[in-house]
Amino acid sequence: MLRLLLAAPFAVLAVPAHAATGEPVNPWVALAYLVSGVFFILALRGLSSPATSRTGNRFGMVGMLIAVVTTLVTHFPSIKNNGCPEEPVITRSGNSEFMMLCDGNLAPDWASFGEIALAILIGAIIGITIARRIAMTAMPELVAAFHSLVGLAAVLVGWAAYLNPGAFGLLVPMDTIGTDYSLPMQIGAVSKVEMGLGIAIGAITFSGSVIAFLKLSGRMSGSPILLPARHVINLGTLVAIIVLTALFAMAAPAETMPLIIALTVLAFVIGFLLIIPIGGADMPVVVSMLNSYSGWAAAAMGFTLGNTAMIITGALVGSSGAILSYIMCRAMNRSFISVIAGGFGADDSGAGGGEAKEQRPYKQGSAADAAFMLEQAEKVIIIPGYGMAVAQAQHALREMADILEEKGVDVKYAIHPVAGRMPGHMNVLLAEAQVPYENVFELEDINSEFAQADVAFIIGANDVVNPAAKTDKSSPIYGMPVFDVDKAKQVFFIKRSMGGVGYAGVDNDVFYMDQTMMLLSDAKKMVEEIVKALD
Amino acid sequence: MDFISILSIFVLACFVGYYVVWSVTPALHTPLMAVTNAISSVIIVGALIAAAAADVPGAKWLGLLGIVLASVNIFGGFAVTARMLAMYKKKEKK
Repeated sequence: MLRLLLAAPFAVLAVPAHAATGEPVNPWVALAYLVSGVFFILALRGLSSPATSRTGNRFGMVGMLIAVVTTLVTHFPSIKNNGCPEEPVITRSGNSEFMMLCDGNLAPDWASFGEIALAILIGAIIGITIARRIAMTAMPELVAAFHSLVGLAAVLVGWAAYLNPGAFGLLVPMDTIGTDYSLPMQIGAVSKVEMGLGIAIGAITFSGSVIAFLKLSGRMSGSPILLPARHVINLGTLVAIIVLTALFAMAAPAETMPLIIALTVLAFVIGFLLIIPIGGADMPVVVSMLNSYSGWAAAAMGFTLGNTAMIITGALVGSSGAILSYIMCRAMNRSFISVIAGGFGADDSGAGGGEAKEQRPYKQGSAADAAFMLEQAEKVIIIPGYGMAVAQAQHALREMADILEEKGVDVKYAIHPVAGRMPGHMNVLLAEAQVPYENVFELEDINSEFAQADVAFIIGANDVVNPAAKTDKSSPIYGMPVFDVDKAKQVFFIKRSMGGVGYAGVDNDVFYMDQTMMLLSDAKKMVEEIVKALD
Repeated sequence: MDFISILSIFVLACFVGYYVVWSVTPALHTPLMAVTNAISSVIIVGALIAAAAADVPGAKWLGLLGIVLASVNIFGGFAVTARMLAMYKKKEKK
């Protein structure tokens, strides 16, 4: 296997591919891309457990290296001989005319190996610097920003393929069945559909991810921006994109340019329009969805180039994002359609906070009270929410858990799928605070244990413990799976003040239960005080 | 490759993706997104072809810009995934 891998990139040197002339693709090249695709599958497979995940990530890097080296090796031979292969590469100049490359009229203009290496180096420096510096709380916006780059790269590649179809092997003769090579060449209709779709999905991914990035990083308000008649505008734009793709595929070579420009512009616009009405609470779904789109964009480009590695990767990433979106929607009991339609949380300020509600009695406690009862407990379940991460309380929390464990208390963490701002976000934040992953449990694995728990310790979470989701049909969060904290003997609820409500803007009966003690303070300060009291 | 062969690979890969992704533990969903981000930048293949074989003036710059963008993603994506995965630790035996 290893020898085969090593041999593949060199073997192709002997047989330069001339895709432009319709010759079959060199089998060694196709094999190398296939191997690269298999490595990507192994990369995701490795993530089935933390123990194998690091190997998985390395498989991913190997797959990428194979893909890049294969491409460089196969596409550089045509640059030798001043870019003039023995057989002429047919290309296109300007908008409509076809001419032969190396006929003396056209100065070839391609990147040298040095320029390509420099481009990779620049990207590598930027990428690694960002990856090292980024705070784990900022992971959602980083992922959104990275998605936008994939989208934009897809648009660029699509345009490059359109302007330079010969290099991508997309030209077929202009007769009806595309076999008479004495005729002038044009881009095949199927290729044009794939190209159009790739550019459109890439552009949607780009502008959508830019908006998601701005919302997640707080550079733009998280509240939904609702245009009048937005559903009509959005549907109209989507239909226009499909119609333009069809027209682009059928158009004569001279008439394609305005169509592909319109297609690209409209796709950028729709990506923007699709994401602005979606509120901050739904961003986990949006990030997953854009993850999926970036995959489909890569797959569409893979179809255009007939590249196995790109198609396999695109399908993997596309399914991955779609599954994550589904998991997020299920965790919030929202349908995918209602998330996409947007507007959730738009009435936050109106209905939730403004009205003067009757004051219900609640019990307030101090850090010393909490510390005393935690020490007496046999089993404590901690429910962290995003508020914990905002307060940077995770390290203090882990310290508290360590002390309790030393005193013989069984401490577990319970994570709701929407606990962070992207799928699995809370797990990363706890891992960063050196919480062992064996102590961290998912909702369905731990929910039955609350009946045996002495203390449910809620920190920075709210909606995910709200029993209204189980009982109140009029509640906006009705049907969302929640933790059964009411079954625990004692509930500690750390909250800044009684005023604030969760994302969904609903009151929480847990505050007023007999066994609940409200710990009203900044999360980090409160946990630090508990730690002090425990010592 | 003809369209049907490519389509076959695509459809089968979607099924592989479906089963592989469902087997990913929810605790690793954030690294999953980071690594899928890195591998979807295999689109760099297209950018390399565009840059290395461009003979229409300007097309090379599209390719080179594409290479920079995809490289940011590839190196950034794998590096940030590695950084996250390094944090997932087992309980220390005392």
